[in-house]
Formats: sequence, structure tokens, C-alpha cells
Amino acid sequence: MPSEKFLEGIYYVQGRDFVDAGVVSSDIKRALKEKGIPESVIRRVAVITFEAEVNIISYADQGTIQLFVEPGAVTVEAVDIGQGIPDIELALQEGYSTADDSIREMGFGAGMGLANIRKYSDVFTLTSEPGNGTHLTSVVKLDGK
Amino acid sequence: MRLREIRDKLDARVIVGEDRLDLDVSTAFGADLMSDVLAFARSGCLLITGLSNPQAVRTAYALDIKAILVCRGKSISDKFIEIARELNIPVLWTRLIMFEVCGRLYQEGLIGCIRQASEIEDKQIA
Ligand SMILES: Nc1ncnc2c1ncn2[C@@H]1O[C@H](COP(=O)(O)OP(=O)(O)O)[C@@H](O)[C@H]1O
Ligand SMILES: [Mg+2]
Repeated sequence: MPSEKFLEGIYYVQGRDFVDAGVVSSDIKRALKEKGIPESVIRRVAVITFEAEVNIISYADQGTIQLFVEPGAVTVEAVDIGQGIPDIELALQEGYSTADDSIREMGFGAGMGLANIRKYSDVFTLTSEPGNGTHLTSVVKLDGK
Repeated sequence: MRLREIRDKLDARVIVGEDRLDLDVSTAFGADLMSDVLAFARSGCLLITGLSNPQAVRTAYALDIKAILVCRGKSISDKFIEIARELNIPVLWTRLIMFEVCGRLYQEGLIGCIRQASEIEDKQIA
């Protein structure tokens, strides 16, 4: 049987809106709880969303986070309009960061975000057009590791 | 260790969760960096942190962390309290520094939720 991917929600993220960082992650967590998704999967998705959300707030002008649920997996797609990432390999390295103090004060900006997202994803893709924006897709499988 | 005992050992103040002091925790994670908490902390632990902004509460919620202990006497905003109430996460507050907090709690039998960073490579946030 072909599996269908249902759009569960679209969440808007405003660049530089530090006060609300983490709100989307909390909302997505609540939505997944209502759907009866296993708690360990929800935690991974919540972490992935949190880091993706903080990155849009920190480095982009604006973006959306879309949540898809299908029988065997949860998919997070974070798309933003902004400066983009010139060197993806470099950005993925633990410890690499261009964060300023406003980001550090929030408890982020140590260069762990993208590495964390990749670590908790079963499928991870990151593409970017410098000057235009960034597109991150993360799939967490229900029977994943 | 119950939150009540933790409060007493640390001369802590209960900021949120006065009615949940019987809550039992057996593990803890201490950090000011929320990315490290998101990368390494396990569910069900006590979060010990000097970061007293709303992101600490939202991080705790993401990981199903049982309670937050704010150390070094960091001031806690109304927003922090409001979100902790909304997400139902107890918050304690102490003037003690993180080292002192960890030392006292370890002596009482609390242990780290992981011992070293590599333990979590299996992707599970247990
Ligand atoms: N959405 C994005 N748009 C532009 N640049 C980004 C984006 N996400 C990440 N980056 C770049 O990649 C670097 C590493 O990101 P990350 O691993 O999340 O660490 P941190 O956010 O702590 O710096 C950032 O410092 C930034 O330069
Ligand atoms: Mg980041």
C-alpha cells in the first residue's frame, strides 16, 4: 500500500524574534502528542524543530516549518528566505558558528544545531542558495534507531 | 530524590510547582547551553542551569525533562514563570553556583543522565 504523507501543520517563524524561540517546537510537540506518536519520536522531532527554528530566527529573514505525518514517519521541513549558507559542509561541523551575542544569550550559537539535527534524523538533507535561503528536511522514522 | 528534598539541600525556593514537591528524580544534567541540553540530556532528568530565559523551559519541554533548577541566583522573568506553568514544569531557584549544586545532589545519590557524550549516539533520547 502506498504511504501517504499528510501535512499536519505549517508554522511561521519570524527572523530575529528571539523572545518566541522554541514556541514552534512546543506547538509541534503538542500536536504530535495528540496524534499518539511514540514519545521517543516526539522528543527527537521536538529537538530537530527547536534547532531549525532557532536557526531561522538567528540567521534568516523569515521562514516556515512544515510538519508531515505518515504511517511510518514524521517529516519536518524548514524553509527560509535569507542569507543562506555558503558552505554547508562547514556549517555542519560541530563548533562552527557565526552567531552573535544575542544568539548566545539565548543559550544557542555554539555551532551544535545542525549537527544535532543530523544526529537525531533518520534522513537528513540540507540545501541552500546563498543570498536566497535555506531548505532543511528531516525525517524521523517511527521504528527508527 | 524528591523535589522537596532537593529544595531543602540547596536552600532553594520553589518558583513553580509548589504542589508537585513529591515528584521524584534520579538523574540530572547541568549546562547553560541549550544546544548541549538538546544534544545530550535524557528525558526524565532534572535540568540544572544558569540560563533563566524562556528557552530553558521550552528546551525542558522538548525533552520531557521533569524539573528545572535555576542556579547562581539568576533572575527569573515573569515570562519564564508563565511558560513553566503553562507547560507544567516545576522550577526551583537557588543562589548556589552550579558546582555546589551538583556536588550536593551527587552526594545525595543523584547521578548524571548520561556519563559521557558518546552514549547518546544511538539517537534515542530515552
Ligand atoms: N537557516 C540558516 N540560514 C543561514 N545560515 C544558517 C542557517 N542555519 C545555520 N546557518 C549557519 O550555519 C552555522 C551553524 O549552524 P548551527 O550548527 O545551528 O550552529 P549555531 O546556530 O549554534 O551557530 C550558523 O552559525 C550559520 O552561520
Ligand atoms: Mg543553530
